[in-house]
Amino acid sequence: MKTLYSAIYRHIETVGQAGVFLFQAICRLPVRYDEALKLYFRQIYSVGVLSLIIIIVSGAFIGMVLALQGYSILTRYGSESAVGQLLSLTLLRELGPVVTGLLFAGRAGSALTAEIGLMKTTEQLSSYEMMGIDPLRRVVAPRFLAGVTCMPILAVIFSAVGIWAGMLVSVHWLGVYEGSFWSSMQQSVYFDTDVMNGVIKSLVFAVAVVWIAVYQGYICQPTSEGIGRATTRTVVLGSLAILGLDFLLTAAMFGDF
Amino acid sequence: MEVYVDVKNLSFYRADRAIYKDITLQIPKGKITAVMGPSGVGKTTLLRLIGGQIAPHSGSVTVAGLDMSRASRKELFDARRKMGMLFQSGALFSDMSVFENVALPLQEHTEFDDVMIRDIVLMKLQSVGLRGAAHLMPAELSGGMARRAALARAIALDPDLVMYDEPFAGQDPISKGVLVELIKRLNHAANITSVLVSHDVEDSLSIADHVCLLSDGRVILSGTADEIRQSKDPRVVQFLQGHADGPVGFHYPAQDYDKQLLGMN
Ligand SMILES: Nc1ncnc2c1ncn2[C@@H]1O[C@H](COP(=O)(O)OP(=O)(O)OP(=O)(O)O)[C@@H](O)[C@H]1O
Ligand SMILES: [Mg+2]
Repeated sequence: MKTLYSAIYRHIETVGQAGVFLFQAICRLPVRYDEALKLYFRQIYSVGVLSLIIIIVSGAFIGMVLALQGYSILTRYGSESAVGQLLSLTLLRELGPVVTGLLFAGRAGSALTAEIGLMKTTEQLSSYEMMGIDPLRRVVAPRFLAGVTCMPILAVIFSAVGIWAGMLVSVHWLGVYEGSFWSSMQQSVYFDTDVMNGVIKSLVFAVAVVWIAVYQGYICQPTSEGIGRATTRTVVLGSLAILGLDFLLTAAMFGDF
Repeated sequence: MEVYVDVKNLSFYRADRAIYKDITLQIPKGKITAVMGPSGVGKTTLLRLIGGQIAPHSGSVTVAGLDMSRASRKELFDARRKMGMLFQSGALFSDMSVFENVALPLQEHTEFDDVMIRDIVLMKLQSVGLRGAAHLMPAELSGGMARRAALARAIALDPDLVMYDEPFAGQDPISKGVLVELIKRLNHAANITSVLVSHDVEDSLSIADHVCLLSDGRVILSGTADEIRQSKDPRVVQFLQGHADGPVGFHYPAQDYDKQLLGMN
């Protein structure tokens, strides 16, 4: 019992330290804003733009699979024109944010952890400190902010590509009437409940994943195994955090019937 | 003799192993102090203690009147602007070119415009012979070049205190000669206080005004280069002549060799 308590205590302590770490990273204002912007956009490129391919390809495949599955079920009830509705609601509410989050944790989160971990191992973080430059401000803050900006945008792109690919399958292959495909979607998708809730979800996932990624990189053991372990932890913890948070957020957003 | 770095009764432990046991040493202002000692004795650790990156378990480190372990974060960062440190591994920022590496401290800590910064960076790179390599990324440099680039970065802000961790390792005789001259020149022209960690006994003794010899967590001798050369202390003699057998342990603390080979614990 005592070990359980102390384990729980340790976990809470870790979360607290990670919180202080994040707070310090984003609350120390940059000395020069042009420089800070440059660092931020460089990260937008490596975190966001480089993740585009995997997001677009996965979005397309998931949209196509959803259309096939949805069609085969809906056609039993003669309501295959509702496939547009099914596709857009599943993607916008759930699969867009969640799958983007999982892919992002694997693609960008692990890269962030490994990069910061390697900087620590090669004494670059110590170098910043010895130069009187705060590595939290210089290294962690632009990466965190860029990650948090990119993920909601990636999630929206994921959903849009998914809907478009699903449209190709259902309209041009399975022969659903195009007009009813789009009108069923238009009638049932609401901007502030469906689209915005999806964006809010992906924003929350983004904060969780990028926070875990930069923190794991920053505290990793400065050895090659240490970096390996930290990278694995980022992907595992990040994915679990997304799935857990998704349940909570879905219950809060759509749970009151 | 004016003291720049004052280490008083300092003890420092890694896990349970004492790296330093109650050492006291002084680094005079405007002089070159060489810190020597066997590998693993804690020379790099000493530089980190002076830079305030790690705190001693007891005792104090005072740099230019500031107690590093009691200083606030801001005081510490301000103090470090007047220090340059050459890391043993070089530690260049891998996402920036050599030029950007040297320019960074200037951009962060001065109000100079870009033209001025460019001129200073080129001057510093010229002094280590790497002006032509300004556009290269750290991954494209050899080990010795990376260390020289890091040296240019360490002196970019014309600090009051420069700490060199093994500047000569991996340098050919020509570069080494240039570096020795550079360190001497910086020291005498700009009146910089230098701390030089090196295994290179002859080079260190030739440029150092003051030498500290560390062994087994203690300062075994502290004095001028001549005093070291003339010392009769068997530990000093052993170190200077490089004998494996003698009072200075070459081995990391271990259990008895014969017993371990025979599988007895
Ligand atoms: N991060 C660390 N964790 C645990 N022990 C460490 C750590 N860093 C160094 N040590 C130990 O501290 C001792 C001193 O290390 P230090 O790097 O200061 O040696 P050094 O005198 O610079 O050696 P060298 O001349 O080989 O560079 C070593 O015995 C090492 O085992
Ligand atoms: Mg060392």
